[in-house]
Amino acid sequence: MSEELFDVRLTVNGLPHEARLPARRLLSDALRHDLGLTGTHVGCEHGVCGACTVLVDGRPVRSCLMFAVSAVDAEITTVEGLIEADGTAAGRLGPVQQAFAECHGLQCGFCTPGFLTTITAGLRDNPDPTEDEAREMIAGNLCRCTGYTNIVKSVLRAAEIAGERS
Amino acid sequence: MFGEPVQRVEDQRFLRGRGRYVDDVLVGQQVLHAAVLRSPHAHARIVDIDVSDVLDVDGVRLVWTHEDLGGGTAPAMAEPLPLLIPHPQLTHGRTQYALAKDEVNYVGEAIALVVADDRYLAEDAVGRIKVSYEFLPPVVGLDAARAAEHLVHDDVPGNVAARLEQANGDAGAAIASAPHTLSLDLEVERSASTPLEGRGTVARWDVDTGRLTVWTSTQTSTGVRAAVAAKLGLDLGQVEVVTPDVGGGFGVKINHPWPEEVLVPYAARTLGLPVKFVEDRREHFISSAHERAQQHHVEVGYDDEGRVLGLDVQFWHDNGAYTPYGIVLPIITSTQLLGPYKPGAYRVVFESLYTNTVMCTPYRGAGRPQGCYVMERTMDAIAAALGKDRTDVRAANFIQPDEFPYDHGLIFQDGRELEYDSGDYPASLVKLKELIGWEEFPAFREEMAREGRRVGIGLACYVEGTGVGPYEGAHVHIETSGKVKVATGLTTQGQGHATSFAQIVADALGVPFESVEVVTGDTRRMPYAVGTFASRAAVMSGSAIHLAALRAREKVLKIAADALEANEEDLEIVDGVVSVRGTDASIDLGTVAVLSNPLRYAFDEASKAATQFTVGDPGKPPVAEDEEPGLEGKDFYSPERSTFANGMHAVIVETDPDTAEITILKYAVVHDCGNLINPMIVEGQIQGGVAQGVGGALYERMAYDESGQLVNASFMDFLMPYVTEVPRALDIDHLQTPSPLNPLGIKGAGEAGVIPSAAVFASAISDAEGFAITSMPISPSDLFHLRLQHASVAVDEEPA
Repeated sequence: MSEELFDVRLTVNGLPHEARLPARRLLSDALRHDLGLTGTHVGCEHGVCGACTVLVDGRPVRSCLMFAVSAVDAEITTVEGLIEADGTAAGRLGPVQQAFAECHGLQCGFCTPGFLTTITAGLRDNPDPTEDEAREMIAGNLCRCTGYTNIVKSVLRAAEIAGERS
Repeated sequence: MFGEPVQRVEDQRFLRGRGRYVDDVLVGQQVLHAAVLRSPHAHARIVDIDVSDVLDVDGVRLVWTHEDLGGGTAPAMAEPLPLLIPHPQLTHGRTQYALAKDEVNYVGEAIALVVADDRYLAEDAVGRIKVSYEFLPPVVGLDAARAAEHLVHDDVPGNVAARLEQANGDAGAAIASAPHTLSLDLEVERSASTPLEGRGTVARWDVDTGRLTVWTSTQTSTGVRAAVAAKLGLDLGQVEVVTPDVGGGFGVKINHPWPEEVLVPYAARTLGLPVKFVEDRREHFISSAHERAQQHHVEVGYDDEGRVLGLDVQFWHDNGAYTPYGIVLPIITSTQLLGPYKPGAYRVVFESLYTNTVMCTPYRGAGRPQGCYVMERTMDAIAAALGKDRTDVRAANFIQPDEFPYDHGLIFQDGRELEYDSGDYPASLVKLKELIGWEEFPAFREEMAREGRRVGIGLACYVEGTGVGPYEGAHVHIETSGKVKVATGLTTQGQGHATSFAQIVADALGVPFESVEVVTGDTRRMPYAVGTFASRAAVMSGSAIHLAALRAREKVLKIAADALEANEEDLEIVDGVVSVRGTDASIDLGTVAVLSNPLRYAFDEASKAATQFTVGDPGKPPVAEDEEPGLEGKDFYSPERSTFANGMHAVIVETDPDTAEITILKYAVVHDCGNLINPMIVEGQIQGGVAQGVGGALYERMAYDESGQLVNASFMDFLMPYVTEVPRALDIDHLQTPSPLNPLGIKGAGEAGVIPSAAVFASAISDAEGFAITSMPISPSDLFHLRLQHASVAVDEEPA
C-alpha cells in the first residue's frame, strides 16, 4: 500500500520549487521538510496560533490549514522572503524584521515568523496604523514569551521604517 | 556594557528565518520519524497489544511496546524512568516506563512507538495498533485523591506520595494566644507552561565512531545526556546532547528524560538511521506536564496592627500520576509562601497526592504563585477583618532592610537554609503605591460608581528564591583571530543569553561586544552543567562566565607582560588590545593567543610567530610547569545558597455588573532583581511573565472531566492570552538591591512576572465585588455564579 504522489510546483519567495508529494501533505510541512525553508514554524497545526502564517498571493494564510497541492498556482512568501536585497549576500532586514530587532519584539523566536508575515501584509493594507489598529493587526497570533507589548511597539516602528525607506 | 539595553545578537538569525529549532535539525537529510500510541484511558490495565496490522504498512521501520525494550546492552530501557530529585519524605515516589508496562495511569501515557519514513505514515501505523484494556476507576482532582476511595497506584495508600512538615516556632500556641484569628480555605487549579514549540528529540547514531548525538528541546542538556547514557547502557563519552534553539520552555522542558528522549536515541541506534520525534499540540497537552493545582487550609493569629503572630498552613498538592521531579514544587510553595513577611511562628504541612492525570512538574513560578496567593489572600483577609488598609497590614509584617540576611529557620528546595540575602520591601511598596495610584484610587472608584461602573484595586508581594545551585561553569576561549568563544552548559529558550552573557565578557575581558560569541546547552563545549530553571541562568552562568573571563584575562596579562616586557599591573585591555598605560607599546589579543600556544607547525602568517624557532626562552620549557597551552579561562560558580529577588504587583480591574466580564484598567510592577545586566531583556521577561500570569489568573485551566479526559486539549479551548487580553497600561519600575552572594550583584528575573498574578487579581476582584475570591483562576462565568451565591446568602441572612 503506498500513497499516490503528485508533481507539485510551488513558487516561494519568487523562486520555483518542485516536489513529489501526497495530496495530504500540509503546505507547512512541504515548505519546511520538502523545500527546506524551516523559517516557517508549526505551533499548533489547527490554525489557532499563527506561527505558520505565510503570505499566499500577498494574503496571510495559516500554512498548517492548507494542502501543498492547493498552493500550486500561488505566489508564496515566507519569512525568508522578507529580507530585502541591499547588494550584500545576506541582504538587509525588511522593515518589520528591523523593527522587531530594535523593539525587542521577540524572545524565543518561534512565533516570530508568523507575526512578521502577518504584519507585513497588515502594513501593506494600512501603512500608518494607530496603536489600536496595530493591536488589531496582531490579534490573531499567539506569543507566549513577550506579552505582546514590544510586538505592538514593533508594528508602529515598522510603519516608520517602511516610511523612511520608501 | 553591563547595565546597557543592548540589542540582541541572536535576533538576526531568528528574524531571517535562520533559527535552528529541533524540528529543523537534519532537514534535507534522510531521517525517520517517530509517532507514539498514547493511552485514551485515564486508568486501565493493559490486557493485550496487537501490532500485527502495523508492520504491513509501507514505510514502517519499527514498532515497539514495553516487551521490546530492555534487550542487549540496554536493560535499563525496560525499567521505570528516573526519579530525578529523591527526598527522604517522598516515601512513595513513582515514575512511568518509557512505554507503559501492564497499566496506564493518565490519558496520554505512552504505550507504543512507531518509526516510519515520515510522520504521516507513522501516525497511520499508530492508528492500526489494537490495545485491549481492563478499566480501573480513575482518580481525578484533589477531592478524589484526598478521599482515596480509589487508588492511583495499588501500593500507595491514601494516594499520598509524600508528607512533609516544617516549622519555625510554635505556631499553634501563637495562634491560640493571639488577639484575633482567622481561617481560610483556598484553591488553585491546574495550568501549564505551553510553549509555542512543544517537545522534540532527534538522534543520530554514528556507527563508525560508536557515538550518539542527540538534539532535544530541553532546559538541561547535561541531564538528558546522563539519562540517555544510563538508559542505553552507553558510556557518557559516547553521548553528546546539543540543545538547538528552543521555542520556549517555561519550566516544562526541565523535566527529563521524556519517554521519547530515550526511545528516539534507542531507535536511532537500533536502526542505524537518524530518527526524529516532534510532538503535536494535543500530545503536548496530554503527555508533557502541568502544574499549579493545590488546596490550602490556613489558620492565622494576629494582633491589632495586623501583625501575624502565628501562621499554620496545611495543603494538598496534586502531583498527577507520577513524581519524576520529586516534591520540589510543594517544598517551594511551603517555603516561598512567606514572601517578604516574618510571621512570629510558622508551621506548614503538605501532602503530595497522586491523581490519574498528567504529572505536575515546574511551570514558570514553580509552586511560588500558589504560595504567594495563599499568603496574600491571608493578608487581605486580616486587613478586611481589622478594617485596615491592605498596604498597611503588609507594611506591618515586612522584614526590614536592616534585618538581612534574614533566616526563616526553614529548609529551601535546594536543601539549604531559607535565608534571604537582601531587599528593601518598604521602599518597593512606596514605589508601587505611587505607580498604581493607590491613594488616588478611592476617588477614582467613586467617579466610576457614578457612571455605574464597578472597579477594584489589588496588590500582591512576593519573594523569589533565584539562582539555586549546585553550580554552573563557563569556558572562555580567545582565538588567534581575536574572537572570543564562550560556552556555558545551561540552555537558552528565549532569554537572550547570547547577548547578556556577551555583555559580561566584553566588560571582564576588555573586548568588543561584537567579537564575543556565546554557546549554551552543548555538552561538547561544556559537559558540566545543571540546567535552566528557577530564574538561575543569569546568576549562575552569568557569574561563572564573569569568573572564567577573569581567568582568561589573567593569562592574557601574563603573556602580554612577557611580550611587552612590562609589569602586569601597568597593562590595560581596551577594545581587544593590551597596552602599557601611558605608552605606545601594545599587542592585540589575537597575537597574545598565538603566543599562548607554542607551535611546531605553522599554518598561516600569524602562527609563524609562535613556532619553536621564534618564541620562548630556550632555557625554559615552552609551556611553563603551571601553565597550559591556549588562551583560555574556565571557572565554575557554586553559591552557598540562593539569591532572593522580590517584587510587588498592583492592578486595577473593572468588573461588568451584568456580564461579570473582568477588564484590566492598569497594571503596575515594582521589581528588584539586583543589578540589571540588560534592562531591555529584564523588562521583556517581566512583560511576558505578566501576560502569562493574566492567562493563569483569568483564562487558563485544565478542564478534566470525571473520567480523566482533558477536554480542552487544544489552543481553541485552552485560552492563552492574545494581545487583546493583556494589559495595555503596564508600568514597570525597578529597585536594584545588589545580591552580596555573587560577583555581579545579580538575582534572577525569569519567573518574577508570573508569581503574584493569581494573588493580585484575586485581591482586586474581591475589592471590586465586596466578597473574598478563594479559588483561582476565575472566569466571568465563575464570578457570575459567585455573585449569585453571595446574593442568596445575603438574602438568607436578612432578618425576617
